[in-house]
Amino acid sequence: MLLELADVTFSWPGAARPTLQLAQFNLAAGERLFLHGPSGSGKSTLLALLTGIQRPQSGQIRLLGHDLTALSGPQRDHLRADHLGYVFQQFNLLPYLSVLDNVLLSCQFSRLRRQRATTLAGSPEAQARELLARLDLAAYLTRPVAALSVGQQQRVALARALIGAPELLIADEPTSALDAERRDAFIELLFDCANAQQTAILLVSHDPQLAHHFDRQLSLPAINQAAAEAVC
Amino acid sequence: MLKIALRSLLHRRLTVCLTLLTIALSVLLLVGVERLRTEARQSFANTVSGTDLIVGARTGSVQLLLYSVFRVGSATNNIGWDSYQALAKDRRVAWTVPVSLGDSHHGFAVLGTTPDYFRHLRYADNRPLQLASGQVFSRTHDAVLGAQVARKLGYQLGQKIVLTHGSGEGALSEHSDQPFTIVGILAPTGTPVDDTVHVSLDGLTAIHEGWESGSASLLASSGVLAADESRAIPPPSSITAFYVGLKSRTGLFGYQRSVNQYPDETLMAILPGVALSELWQLMRIAEQALQFVAAFVLVIGLLGMLTALLTGLNERRREMAILRSVGARTWQIFALVMGETALLLISGIALGMGLLYALLFACRPILRQVYSLNIGIAAPSLLEWLMLGLTLAVGLIISAIPAWRAYRLSLADGLSPH
Repeated sequence: MLLELADVTFSWPGAARPTLQLAQFNLAAGERLFLHGPSGSGKSTLLALLTGIQRPQSGQIRLLGHDLTALSGPQRDHLRADHLGYVFQQFNLLPYLSVLDNVLLSCQFSRLRRQRATTLAGSPEAQARELLARLDLAAYLTRPVAALSVGQQQRVALARALIGAPELLIADEPTSALDAERRDAFIELLFDCANAQQTAILLVSHDPQLAHHFDRQLSLPAINQAAAEAVC
Repeated sequence: MLKIALRSLLHRRLTVCLTLLTIALSVLLLVGVERLRTEARQSFANTVSGTDLIVGARTGSVQLLLYSVFRVGSATNNIGWDSYQALAKDRRVAWTVPVSLGDSHHGFAVLGTTPDYFRHLRYADNRPLQLASGQVFSRTHDAVLGAQVARKLGYQLGQKIVLTHGSGEGALSEHSDQPFTIVGILAPTGTPVDDTVHVSLDGLTAIHEGWESGSASLLASSGVLAADESRAIPPPSSITAFYVGLKSRTGLFGYQRSVNQYPDETLMAILPGVALSELWQLMRIAEQALQFVAAFVLVIGLLGMLTALLTGLNERRREMAILRSVGARTWQIFALVMGETALLLISGIALGMGLLYALLFACRPILRQVYSLNIGIAAPSLLEWLMLGLTLAVGLIISAIPAWRAYRLSLADGLSPH
């Protein structure tokens, strides 16, 4: 298993009740999972736990066999840098870096991903160019980020999340700023690139229309036992 | 990581430049005040050198220094010529220079002396007086001007000037019957010599003949006494003070004692160096006030930097979240803000010092000409290095506040800044 959660409970400091209570949640290597989570269902909390930003009060989270709950903050950061790609809802890019440098950012914090990118394409920069070409952004390599449309920015974020072939890509509502047509095109590109390097996908969205693209779908409110009372 | 920090700074260049300028100007003021203070003090201490003792009628040592060296105030009593002659003949004495003050010319002090004045008087590091043009006075009605007098009044060699009896606002009667001819102009020294009109003792005696009552007598006004250069002038009855150079410094206190215990007149001898530092002590409050203000400005500058950093931090939460998402550790976020501040501080200090030296270089001629202040362009002193180091240290300590806040925020926000 790529990712395994068991009996996880998490409550934010000062909150009376837990925000998240999950008996079990698994993700296999290379799997594509759609997690349907409307706002207030504990979505942000789950993502903070999966990326190792937060640590649950109880339970186990295993990423590639490493127990995140037993690791220190910097160790979790290290694991995230090596094995996770992350795409935000929007504003994914550092405005003062070029498109290419934004993509290469992932390799700056992980030697493993630098090595993998080098194995795959010859050098991190070569893989960045390859990914950007595949995402139809070859003409924008040295452009300032501000000159790009929202859709283009999301695709740059995709390239950054995928460079160095991480095992898992987590996307948090990556298409909510796109219209329907570009949304489907984005998902197709995402799958296309992820497949090429065996990266598993966990996409969280409140929009159930995306679900049919995926191998499997789950509803977060259904599996989160704390959801009914949650306020967040 | 360094590249990211630099790009991030460049992205916020307006705020960054303003912060940089705040630090630079604070440092400029702090070190500038310090520089000016030490230079002014040095310049002040340089006023007299090579003179072992100054002798005058008994009064406060600061007062004697003020009127005999700085031409400020006036003597309460004079020294009789006979006493001067007796004390000058002492076997420990190498040379003496008598000075006689009291008259003025357009507000500048007139000093009667002998040609020995130009030979023995020293300033700064034992530098002798030098003539910029002309020569030392030799005839009764010759005058040698200090550099400032000639510059401010626009005088040239050969011009005739009239001295005013007495000094200050009430001095109205002029020695117009006996004008003096400018025969020499001294090079600038940065001391009160620059503001002095030098004439011979004989000249002063000559113009005061018939003035014993305090104003011109009929004989003086008639012009009979004027313009007769070959006329024999008797020695003056008294002088204001005299400078003494001893053959050996070992005789200093012995000679000082014999002056202080001189039986015929109540006199005193002062060590110019000691009196100068006593006088400087009087100005300490002003000096300290200046330092205090400069230090305060620096604190304000650093607080300005803190404000700019803290305000900027909120806008940078998104940036921090992105860095965190690609695997940046929290301590790297802390280091990013700290490093950025360190860079700002070091550049600010460097810029401030650069500005200071540029300013010193540009203002040197003006300071020398107008204020007689000779400022050397030297490397920072130990104290200045200490000030700069302290600025950096305090700045870094302060910058731990935004760095710590960034650290906390990046922990709390994680990947979802709101």
